[in-house]
Amino acid sequence: MPDARGYFGEFGGRFVPETIMPALDELERAYAEAIADPQFHADLSHLQRTYTGRPTPITHARRLSEALGGAQIYLKREDLAHTGAHKINNALGQGLLAKRMGKRRIIAETGAGQHGVGTATAMALLGLECHVYMGSVDIRRQQPNVFRMKLLGAEVIPVESGSRTLKDAINEAMRDWVTNVETTFYLLGSALGPHPYPMMVRDFQSVIGLEARGQIQDMTGQLPDVCVACVGGGSNAIGLFHAFRDDVATELIGVEAGGRGIESKEHAARFADLDISRPGILHGTRSFVMQDEDGQIMETHSVSAGLDYPSVGPEHAHLRQLERAYYTLATDDEALEAFQTLSKLEGIIPALESAHAVAEAIKRAPTMPRDSVLLVNLSGRGDKDLDTVIGILGE
Amino acid sequence: MTETRVSHGTAALAEMFARAKAEKRAAFLPYFCIGYPNHEESLRAIESAAALGVDGFEIGIPFSDPIADGPTIQAATQIALENGTTVRKCLDAVKTLRDKGITQPMLMMGYANPLVAYGTDRFVRDARAAGADGLIVPDLPPEEASMFADSCEREGLALVFMLAPTSNDERIELVTQHATGFIYVVSLTGITGARRELPAYLKSFIGRLRARADKPLVLGFGISSVEHAREVSQLTDGFIVGSALVRAGGEGIEAVRELTGALVAAIRK
Repeated sequence: MPDARGYFGEFGGRFVPETIMPALDELERAYAEAIADPQFHADLSHLQRTYTGRPTPITHARRLSEALGGAQIYLKREDLAHTGAHKINNALGQGLLAKRMGKRRIIAETGAGQHGVGTATAMALLGLECHVYMGSVDIRRQQPNVFRMKLLGAEVIPVESGSRTLKDAINEAMRDWVTNVETTFYLLGSALGPHPYPMMVRDFQSVIGLEARGQIQDMTGQLPDVCVACVGGGSNAIGLFHAFRDDVATELIGVEAGGRGIESKEHAARFADLDISRPGILHGTRSFVMQDEDGQIMETHSVSAGLDYPSVGPEHAHLRQLERAYYTLATDDEALEAFQTLSKLEGIIPALESAHAVAEAIKRAPTMPRDSVLLVNLSGRGDKDLDTVIGILGE
Repeated sequence: MTETRVSHGTAALAEMFARAKAEKRAAFLPYFCIGYPNHEESLRAIESAAALGVDGFEIGIPFSDPIADGPTIQAATQIALENGTTVRKCLDAVKTLRDKGITQPMLMMGYANPLVAYGTDRFVRDARAAGADGLIVPDLPPEEASMFADSCEREGLALVFMLAPTSNDERIELVTQHATGFIYVVSLTGITGARRELPAYLKSFIGRLRARADKPLVLGFGISSVEHAREVSQLTDGFIVGSALVRAGGEGIEAVRELTGALVAAIRK
């Protein structure tokens, strides 16, 4: 748990304009009341079962494990959740909370479009008005998701400022929230932003790890030796890691976007490139931030829009400092390779984000004994990325 | 050269408010972003505003991700960054302006991250040395301000916090307790930018704050015209004009002079 001011160690906090401070207090109170209310849990759990399709299964990736000749790789199949990614877990949780608070206008930001789709879906289900901010660069590379959101009744608002990606979509969503705070609920999509978002989003995603921890023991009779997840803002990773935090023998590994490689400076590896990444303040929270010498936020690059973000959730910065979790990276090329390998060997097309975690599993499994267990969070499906991949690899 | 001013920091601001009060008006503090439309012109705009008799300045330090700002200031600060404006250059600009004999109080206005990157203690020390009187950080509520509070107190610089129409009694009490120099009152629930009308609730909002906050109140956001200036001059201890002047700055120094002159005249009747 973060402290009373929303800090995980020295990371977190609330660096926002005064106008929205009362709204964060209100949100924090409403969230505390909701999670103390058995009815809220019952409602959420009912939707998870009957709408999202939880629990999502764990698949033993036999052919991939065999080909690598090391650890047995297991996939937590968040790609099989309704809408095809873990983002729906958080969207439904916050959506129910918004409804409880009597807020009818919902805003969200999206990078890859998965959070936008998750939110638009949840809002269609709950009957709430939905506006999604999306950078125009991301709109171009994630067309199918843009169409999905519109079909689900959401308004998609293109963001033309800055690098026109996720960071700028969050800026615009925050400006909207500052302006319409009294009527609007900001449904933030990752475990970042001002307190209580990092804690709340983690809690709504922790269903991933809670399920997986039981499932993997049923299947293998043991806890995983290693858990791997990709880290953009870090919500799928923190959702997996949270349940394993006290299982100190289980190694937790987050995989950042290595883009075109660290030397190229075109990446989103906040923990790997300490020349251009250090503790700073972005979007209301203190965490590692990619920035120039003068504290201006840098543009990032990743083949996957969902990892293309210059900061990272504060709890990850804390877990890294505690050395409870380790962070590594996979480049665009490694992710694309993993994308194809998993498709061919297991019949599962992963999201390019999740392919970063698969890439780490491919590197690591051969170094581990054959009876060891490596659990990968397959956070989303790759159908949304086909245009991108066709563009790079050709048809 | 060192400063020729007798007072600095919170003392200089207190004198500024006392002078305005003696003239039965509010103090007028224009906002200018260093580096927009370019470095030289931003300094010239400040110099000419000083000569026209404004009471103080909000000196903008550009940031790549200004979440409290509307399109006008977003675009201007983006250009300022493209022109190579850094925190250091903003501090040097203040020093240059002091060397040219400008005596009005100047407050540095910038988002937290560039100041943290510069080093908060170092920033406050260098700001004082350059001749600045205070600090406004729009994404820094009092809860997070300890990183600046001690050094500001040591250097005698004002550390200004904001209140907004959404602020409840609890927030008003907290901000009043921590703010030094004055309280920046955000006139509306929203981001910066010129508006045609001031909010209808302004009078009762200021009244609500007056009943609970015993520090000078300086109004900002949306104030853009002579009519607005006249209205708020009878309501608050000071007011800030940002986007309207930034827009004028884009048109040229004459437009800045014209609007500044009109605003100065408006509050002196």
